[in-house]
Parts: sequence; structure tokens; C-alpha cells
Amino acid sequence: MNHQFAPPRQELATLERRAWLVGVIASLATGAGFFLDHTQAFRSYLVAWLFYVGIALGCYAVALLHQLTRGAWGLMIRRVLGAATRTLPFLLLGFLPVVLGLEEVFAWAGPEALDDPLVRQKAWWLNESGFTFRGVLYFAIWIFFAWVLNRMSLKQDVLASDKLFRRMQAVSAPALVIYVLTATAASVDWLMSLDPHWYSSLFGIAFVVGHGVAGLAFAIVIALYLARRPPLKAELKPHHFHDYGKLLLAFVMLWTYMQLSQLIIIWSGNLPEEVTFYLNRTEGGWKWLTIALVLGHFALPFVLLLSRDLKRDSKKLAWVAVLLLVMRWFDLYWLAAPAWGHGEGTHGLQLHWLDLTAVVGLGGLWLALFLRELAKRPLLPAFEPFLNEALEE
Amino acid sequence: MSRFKTAEGKNLYGLMAEFDSPDKLVAACYSARDAGFRRLGAYTPYPIEAVWEAIDHHRSKLPLIVLAGGLIGAIGGFMLQYWTSVEVYPMNIGGRPFNSWVAFIVPAFETTILCASFAAVLGMFALNKLPHPYHPAFNVERFAEASRDRYFLLITTKDPDFDPVRAREVLERTHPVEINEVEE
Repeated sequence: MNHQFAPPRQELATLERRAWLVGVIASLATGAGFFLDHTQAFRSYLVAWLFYVGIALGCYAVALLHQLTRGAWGLMIRRVLGAATRTLPFLLLGFLPVVLGLEEVFAWAGPEALDDPLVRQKAWWLNESGFTFRGVLYFAIWIFFAWVLNRMSLKQDVLASDKLFRRMQAVSAPALVIYVLTATAASVDWLMSLDPHWYSSLFGIAFVVGHGVAGLAFAIVIALYLARRPPLKAELKPHHFHDYGKLLLAFVMLWTYMQLSQLIIIWSGNLPEEVTFYLNRTEGGWKWLTIALVLGHFALPFVLLLSRDLKRDSKKLAWVAVLLLVMRWFDLYWLAAPAWGHGEGTHGLQLHWLDLTAVVGLGGLWLALFLRELAKRPLLPAFEPFLNEALEE
Repeated sequence: MSRFKTAEGKNLYGLMAEFDSPDKLVAACYSARDAGFRRLGAYTPYPIEAVWEAIDHHRSKLPLIVLAGGLIGAIGGFMLQYWTSVEVYPMNIGGRPFNSWVAFIVPAFETTILCASFAAVLGMFALNKLPHPYHPAFNVERFAEASRDRYFLLITTKDPDFDPVRAREVLERTHPVEINEVEE
């Protein structure tokens, strides 16, 4: 690989080794925790896994959006997004513990589940083989499109052809539609069904928008890292970060819009099987997590991202992105964990140390694989027709 | 009244240079600023961010005006609903509390956007000093091209260090299509 935009391989390799180290140590701790409390370990793992699936799929969706609309903004981070989509096979492997822990995590898979007439009615969708099959199917579809698009993008390093980007555009359009549909179904399987009685038709799209926030926030952090060293040091300019900041603001507002719409609909309907969702999340310690989400996932980033100066300052923008990544984990925890408080008489918020080791452990391994993928390809496609437009002032 | 006169003895408003590309205009803006001129006007057929930076445009106060409008709309819209449904005309609707803040969000959001939009439009007019029926720039016949495909730079006599000879020298070095005197 002899290319003017070759990645800083040595630095990425150092970072990768550190990520492996942290990932392996924290994963061993999670493994030890599994023998102490396997129910808790499975639950903590589900939230951590959903967090990294969210980042990878967010990168996948933003890449599709960019390839479809051909904005010059996305070209500078397309290889970062592409590297993240190539971690999807690892995350499919990570689906295995979710399937193994199904009975202890999902109430509908539990031993007494079929005593509940409502769960019995929903059993045609909520059953173990269906859950496993669908999970693999979603990943197969995402991995297929990611593989096709990564291959085309790689060809742009050696082949100056105007047809390639048109073909990428043509593939991205159906891929985006299929992604929203499959991710909606996945949100029902992996999160909404934790409380098999509750339902909300806005849940899926809120899940998808959460991916967008996570993926773009992650890409911004990596873009800051790349903007500080060659070869992109001179190329990633404030106006690129300005664009990412604007898009991040849009995703933050969209997330709030979905959450607020769901609240207004459920609050207005006031139906007993729906309102439990908000009742569970506004009592005890959960109230504080809800307030933290309103402030940290909406109010604070919204106000900060309004500022033009902040969006053009890559370092400050990256701090907002880090805040949003933390909030993404809180959001998933907030969606998942209250369902496990039932029947034990406690509705309090009880963070477990396994919640931390699971997210750090899986994160270390995932980040190491991401960095390895990032180091494999030049950071910009050499013969992309829009390259000069993206590089110029 | 201007301190300077045009060739025909009229009052001089400034010197205007015409360019056929945005890059030349941007370069000319920097040259004029380097030469010490501060009261510049740049005219382009479409917004060009580089020009905005090149003439060292001061920050607009418009965002603050829009924010103020939005806050007035948000608080006003919410208080209007609170006042009618809690204070003066409380009604039991489906057993919901009088202060149904969740339901109040949507109308309060609408009044926020309404007031912010009005603040944006009216604030823009006020800051641009519009309506503005007369501007000396239009005394130059070629200036009509500014809304087609030409780019103009104007150095006004309002500049404390303005000097017509030096201004013409600076502009001539920036490869303009032509330079015109602007009558006041």
C-alpha cells in the first residue's frame, strides 16, 4: 500500500495493542462475574453489545446516507465509517451470548412465560428459534451490503471510473430502506420484547436514530484523532467538522423528536399497558437517569451544537460527541434495565459492576478490531470523482 | 457630503471594482484590507463564505434576536396554556391534571417557532436597515451584473484613511475587469 493517504499504521497498531489489553482484562473480569451472577452478566452484556451494534450500524447508516446523497462532507470520513461496518461479523459472533442467555434476560423466554396468555399469543414471533434466526438474518443482510460497498470503495483506490460511485449510489438506496426495516424489527426483538406486554410503534425509528447519533459521534472522535496526525492533518479542516456538527445536531433533534412524540402519544392515550413504560422510569432512582437523559442527550448537546464556533473547533466538538456516546449507553440501559426490576419489589436504579466491565471489555475488543480495519486501507479513495471538491476550501 | 469628488465634480461615494471570478474578488478583498481599507462592500450573485471572511465581516446580532424571539414564544405559549387551563378556566378532561404540561409542549413549540421566525425576518430587516430605497452602488451601470455572474468590491469614502488615488492603485493591482467611480 503506497498511497498519499496511507493511514498512520504504527500509531494505530500501538492503540490497537492497548485496546486488546483493556478489552481482554475487562472481558476476563466479566467472565469471572459470570460465575458469580450469570443472570446479571447476561443482562449487562446485552446492553454493552447493543451499544457497539449501535455504533457500527450508525456508521453503516451514515455511510449509506453519504453514498446516496453524494455530499462532499462524508467523503472525508467514509473510510472510517467503512472500517466500522467491517466489524459487523464480530458483532454477529457477539450475538451468541445473547442467544445463550435468552431465558434469563427475556421474560418471554423464561420457564413460566407461557402461563401468561398475552405472551402465548405473541409466541409466534417471540420464540427462541425465531429470535435466533432473525438475528442472524438481520446481520447477514447488513454484512452483505457493507461488504459490497466496501469492495466498491476499495476499487476507487486503483480505478478512475465514474461508474463506481453511481453503482455505490444505486446499492445504497435499497440498503438504506432495508436497514431501517430490519433495524426496526431488531429493536422489537432485542429491546422492546424485554417487557413483552409493552409496545410502541415509534420505538423502532427511535432505535434507528439512536444508531445515527452513536455512529456519527464515534466517527467525529476518530476524525479528531486523524486530524491531528498525517496524512489527514492538512486535509481535515474546520469546515468539515462544521458539517459533522450540523449533522450531529440534526440527529440529536431527531432523537428528541422521536422520544417526545412517543411520550405525547402514550401520555395522551393513557392506556394501562402503555403507561407502565414511563411510570417505571420516573420512580425511584430511575427518575434521575431520565432527567440525565433529557439534559445530556438533548438539552446540553442541543445548546452547545447551536454554536458555530464550537462546531468548527474539532476538539470541543469531539467532547460533545463523547458526551453523546456516554448518553447512548445510558439510553440503552434506560430502555432495557427497568424491565428486569419487576417482581423483585425494587424499582430502584442499581448499576452493577458488571455493567461497566461488559461495556469496557467488549469495547476494547471491538475497538481493536476497528483500528485493525482502519489501518488496512488508505484514508481517502484516490480516484473518487468528488475528492477534490471535498479537499478544497 | 463627501470629502471627495468624482471626475465630473459630483460627490464621490467610493470606488468599485468588477471581477469575473469569485477567487479574484476574494484576493482583492485581502489586498484592500492589507492596504489598510476597512469600510468595504463585496457583492456576489450568491453567498460565498470565503468572501464573508475576506472582508472581515463583523458578527451578526441576528442569532441573539432570534433566540430572544424563540424564548418569548416558548414561555409565552406555555404560560398562555397554563393560565387558561389552570388559573381561569380549569376543566377536567379525562381525569388529567389541569397543568398537563406534556400536552402543552406542542402548542408551545409552535409559538416558539412563530415568534422566532418573526424575530428572524423583522430582525434581518432592521439590521440591514431595510427598506432601503436608495443605494449609491446602483449608480454604476455595470452593478446590475452583480445579480448575474459578476463580483464587485466597493471601497467607500467612509473609510477614515480613504484616498482615491491609493484606492485606485490597490484595486488596479487585483486584475479587475474595470474600475468605476461611484457617485453619492
